[in-house]
Amino acid sequence: MLKVSLYRYNPETDKEPYMQDVEVDTGGKDLMVLDVLELLKASDPSIAYRRSCREGVCGSDGMNINGKNGLACIMPLSEALKGGKKLVLRPLPGLPVVRDLAVDMSMFYQQYEKVKPYLINNTPAPAIERLQSPEEREKLDGLYECILCACCSTACPSFWWNPDRFIGPSGLLQAYRFLADSRDTATEQRLAELDDPFSVFRCHGIQNCVNVCPKGLNPTKAIGHIRNMLLSRAT
Amino acid sequence: MVTAVTSLGRSGLSDWVIQRVTALVLLAYLVFIVLAVFACDLSYTEWKGLFEQTWVRVFSVAALLSTAMHAWIGLWCISTDYLISRVLRIKFNDAVAARANYYRWAFQAASAIVLFTYVVWGFQILWS
Repeated sequence: MLKVSLYRYNPETDKEPYMQDVEVDTGGKDLMVLDVLELLKASDPSIAYRRSCREGVCGSDGMNINGKNGLACIMPLSEALKGGKKLVLRPLPGLPVVRDLAVDMSMFYQQYEKVKPYLINNTPAPAIERLQSPEEREKLDGLYECILCACCSTACPSFWWNPDRFIGPSGLLQAYRFLADSRDTATEQRLAELDDPFSVFRCHGIQNCVNVCPKGLNPTKAIGHIRNMLLSRAT
Repeated sequence: MVTAVTSLGRSGLSDWVIQRVTALVLLAYLVFIVLAVFACDLSYTEWKGLFEQTWVRVFSVAALLSTAMHAWIGLWCISTDYLISRVLRIKFNDAVAARANYYRWAFQAASAIVLFTYVVWGFQILWS
């Protein structure tokens, strides 16, 4: 039997959140954390969490697993427990809790929206498509794969304190994804919008984001590139 | 675009550059002081003679101003991270959170006074 400590909070009935201790029979298998949650939900349907693809693509089931943010669907129990006996599941830190493990992602999405995560190109559209050389396309590797699970931004203390003013690692990774794109012509406008004391420069490079990203991406490196672009623009 | 009237350079980029340049000045000054104290085994007269040289005074003033600027950027960052209503509401209560701006301004004013005093006092010591 696996011991699970689960963060529970239903704003309609609970005065404050609490940790519920439950046990679940995993049959001795090295299940994914999401499978454990599914087993728990089968016996207690009131447990709330988000899930969809169950293969690390949709980014719905980001949560804090034994103190580290990750996707429940691709996190094996053996990796989560690291030899320990208890699985501790909490919602992503820093965002308001809607219920149990489901958080309100509005602040996260607002920052994402700020970086205008789409191609801007004011030149006349070509007949078929805007072409890129293989080298230009290569620059987007390690940037476009972000699935917006919010594991990185909610592991970042700067985002905890200033979620309204600091874009956060996820948003900045996306910002650089479009700054680095050869087809985008709004580089100057994008950089001008980032040049303030909070949007980019609240990143102090502690790399919590790199440590937790379930897709193995490196937002700190992307933020470094943005900083260099801002520096080149201003000097 | 987030604006901040109390940040040193008014832009994140200039604060970032200032913090790195001042850190280099402070590192160089630290090496100089450590060498002067431990490697040369200075007597009081030699120490006084060293600080009467113009280049040492210029270097010391650069280090003093660097300390003030570096500290201001760091303290400003701390005050805008922790002395804001969102954080004070979590740590204390709504009443404290409602006064977050006053606490932050008081902290910033106190920091500015202390740093300014250090700079003036430092000049006084160097030219006494």
